[in-house]
Amino acid sequence: MSSASSQDEKLVRMANQIAQYFTSQPHDQAVAGVVEHLRSFWTPKMRRQIIDHAAGDGAGLEPLTLEAVQQLAVSSSG
Amino acid sequence: MSLIKEVDYGTKLASSDVKVTLTIDGERVAVPKGTSVMAAAMSMGTAIPKLCATDMLDAFGSCRLCLVEIEGRRGTPASCTTPAEEGMVVHTQNARLAKLRKSVMELYISDHPLDCLTCPANGDCELEDMAGVVGLRHVRYGQKGANHLHGAKDESNPYFTFDESKCIVCSRCVRACEEVQGTFALTIQSRGFESKVSSGGVDFLASECVSCGACVQACPTASLTEKSIIEMGQPEHSKVTTCAYCGVGCSFKAEMQGERVVRMVPYKDGKANEGHSCVKGRFAYGYATSKDRITKPMIRAAITDPWREVSWDDAFTYAASEFKRIQAKYGRESVGAITSSRCTNEEVFVMQKLVRAGFGNNNVDTCARVCHSPTGYGLKMTFGTSAGTQDFKSVEKSDVILLIGANPTDAHPVFASRMKKRLRQGAKLIVMDPRRIDLVKTPHVRAAYHLPVLPGSNVAMINALAHVIVTEGLVDEAFVRERCDFADFENWARFIASPDNSPEAVEAITGVKPDDVRAAARLFATGGDGAIYYGLGVTEHSQGSTMVMGMANLAMATGNLGREGVGINPLRGQNNVQGACDMGSFPHEFSGYRHVSDEATREMFEAFWGVKLDHEPGMRIPNMLDEAVAGGFKGIYVQGEDIAQSDPDTKHVVSGLEAMECVIVQDLFLNETAKYAHVFFPGASFLEKDGTFTNAERRINRVRKVMAPMAGLADWEVTLGFARALGVPMAYEHPSQIMDEIAKLTPTFRTVSYAKLDELGSVQWPCNEAAPTGTPIMHVDHFVRGKGRFMLTQFVPTQERAGPLFPLLLTTGRILTQYNVGAQTRRTQNNVWHEQDMLEIHPFDAENRGICEGDLVALTSRIGEVSLRATITDRMQPGVVYTTFHHPTSGANVVTTDNSDWATNCPEYKVTAVQVRRTNYFSSWQDHDRETGVSLRRIAREAVDAAE
Repeated sequence: MSSASSQDEKLVRMANQIAQYFTSQPHDQAVAGVVEHLRSFWTPKMRRQIIDHAAGDGAGLEPLTLEAVQQLAVSSSG
Repeated sequence: MSLIKEVDYGTKLASSDVKVTLTIDGERVAVPKGTSVMAAAMSMGTAIPKLCATDMLDAFGSCRLCLVEIEGRRGTPASCTTPAEEGMVVHTQNARLAKLRKSVMELYISDHPLDCLTCPANGDCELEDMAGVVGLRHVRYGQKGANHLHGAKDESNPYFTFDESKCIVCSRCVRACEEVQGTFALTIQSRGFESKVSSGGVDFLASECVSCGACVQACPTASLTEKSIIEMGQPEHSKVTTCAYCGVGCSFKAEMQGERVVRMVPYKDGKANEGHSCVKGRFAYGYATSKDRITKPMIRAAITDPWREVSWDDAFTYAASEFKRIQAKYGRESVGAITSSRCTNEEVFVMQKLVRAGFGNNNVDTCARVCHSPTGYGLKMTFGTSAGTQDFKSVEKSDVILLIGANPTDAHPVFASRMKKRLRQGAKLIVMDPRRIDLVKTPHVRAAYHLPVLPGSNVAMINALAHVIVTEGLVDEAFVRERCDFADFENWARFIASPDNSPEAVEAITGVKPDDVRAAARLFATGGDGAIYYGLGVTEHSQGSTMVMGMANLAMATGNLGREGVGINPLRGQNNVQGACDMGSFPHEFSGYRHVSDEATREMFEAFWGVKLDHEPGMRIPNMLDEAVAGGFKGIYVQGEDIAQSDPDTKHVVSGLEAMECVIVQDLFLNETAKYAHVFFPGASFLEKDGTFTNAERRINRVRKVMAPMAGLADWEVTLGFARALGVPMAYEHPSQIMDEIAKLTPTFRTVSYAKLDELGSVQWPCNEAAPTGTPIMHVDHFVRGKGRFMLTQFVPTQERAGPLFPLLLTTGRILTQYNVGAQTRRTQNNVWHEQDMLEIHPFDAENRGICEGDLVALTSRIGEVSLRATITDRMQPGVVYTTFHHPTSGANVVTTDNSDWATNCPEYKVTAVQVRRTNYFSSWQDHDRETGVSLRRIAREAVDAAE
């Protein structure tokens, strides 16, 4: 396994963990919560990596995580 | 400089607001009601002779030396046990009293060795002083009769001796062990002439004694004496400084002969410890002058090369050229730093400044990442600030103490003594811990409830406790309505009231009987002022941050915030972990916990530092290591941390370090991380520098230099030297100037200065215009964020599960006599008590595996294996094993995984699925580590020869 894919796997795991915390909140709040967390604590490179991963096959990303990362992508490009 | 002699009032000064006025030797004096005549006299400067009294202890009234006359009263009452009363007229000196006292002293001296000139207490002996005070010139009884002059000497303890022949049986040591320390290891054996101090029928080393030193400090003769005093003699000057071990932050007098420490004596005016100490701070300071100290800067091109000693300038130049090269080749983000929770606030501040202003990124992190980062996150989300709410003294007002995932008698022993004192007074204790820690049942303390949660189930348990409180109508609704966001509360209450969170529903997860959970919840909610104290057993989980928020929810729901006796109290691991966080060590925050994206804050720093700063969060430690393995992170400056031993998944840490091109380690010793370093900056111990530490109660204490840095530079000067070589000017001549800059840039430190600390002794932040003398209790009228915020805390099981191949859960922790990675304590005689890390295992699990006490066992997880010795104990529950990580050779973190807290990446040290089996071998990792331990630490022979 290349280190890049291993890093992706790790980021997916971390992002899913974050999303899992927010699942008990109303959907819109949960998405916003995940986005805000990624923006506040992840480096720009980590955010880019997870956005690229989501833009690809998005393997392993839970639905809430995927939606949040997609929203992060939109707000980052805006 | 002179020796600081604190006033001994003989008994404690009462704290009553009501004053009584009495006349002593013709002078009127007003004292708080409840003060003894002895203390009242001392408060006006009159020292009534005494031997069995000292103000660390309750009055005892046995020595009969402090007798006084009180007009209108018969006889000569003992002034230590007689309360001062309104209108009382006291005479402390007259012919009758002098005769009585002289007679008493005659009796004492008739059974005491007269070797004062060669006695170690010469110059510091209260018995000798009293003989002088009463004018003893002659002893009528001689020493030929029955006596104790040839009493035994117990030298078993590595740090102090007990000489029976010099004991006057005043009971001060016994009372200190009971009242101050709360261990009850000492007693008076037999009666009358046969009375003697006993450590329970065995010598001190084999006894229950925890070597806190309280007995030694209390002893008025040479009976209990530090071995250092016996060897070196009496100190001639002292300075008040702060211990560099745990987050209690005890104040000590460093008693000196020139630049040599004779002993460390706990300082009564120190607000964190009020004159008490533990075996580490009191005695285990010898590491500071260990022969293992590295005192010359060293460099090498490759880690397989031997180290080469160089001048400071050469080391700075080389390190700077490497970092510049790396950034030029791999980019601005390719380097970073780790600040030290063992270094001062000032040193941490200049480190993070170097990173932000010098490296031009925010790649700075600190060891709180692996301990209390969830505390910062959780308390900021709920209350608005990243720190505990109380001062330590607050525990004296608690009625119910909920202790979660902390073992204070081992990890925060001086605070544990305070807590035990309150528990002996009747406060109730609820312990939530997988292990039966000492506080569950210890002399005169018994927990009302022990909730032995399975590792990884904390959140389910805190939700269950809250569920009982909400569904049984025990919420303090008035507090919630006034102080908290009520909509958030309602949302939370609906969530927590769900049957899924009931004690019955979560029993399968927590392993705790629902009746106990319900009873504990009712006790916490209705038992009076309830305080939560917690440690790494809360934070070091995949849901560490959720658990911190869960505890905050519980405190808000029960109205237990904003006054004495209550609150949320993180027991911090390292001496300055609070300060390191306060000073902006996290990659997303400036000092004072302000996000780097906050423009106003960033502009203020940019204006002050004259440089543009990055507005994006930098890398956390695990991100740095991942990125290093991936090839994008190439240089790190590690100050006073040993990530190759302390951080999880050792193999991954080592891979990360090996992948870097320049690792700079600044430390006292060639630690495990230094094996993978290219530059070594020798560090300075806490005795060798000025600065401040901030303890777990947000108390900023002074650290004072008592000897010159062994390597020539204090740690802050080293960082400045490196910064200069990088072309980042930092013009400070003294740490006080750094504190001035911190104060200017940090609202919670706005009026902190060395002058103020010298004047007040210490202050607790926030210390600013609104609170010029600091803030002992936070959130008194309102939360820092305004309204308290209830957060939803859904239980999410950790991904680390026990199963057929790994059926046991490993949890890790600390022991009293060792500290963290052991770099300091392993270089002291504390090894007498703990020379190796042991695996604690329940008898049932041991029997199933054929394991006997002391067997070498292989501890295997999904990611690694190490071998260590087993100890069988029913303090563990079946299915759970435990070990410490104080010795690098045991490699506890070889088996811990990279699972981490969802919010902060704090590692999940407390839950690792493992298997244990008997073995005859050390693991391949341990063999490899032993080999590299030598090969990667070589220092070039010519340098060694020159040094010798």
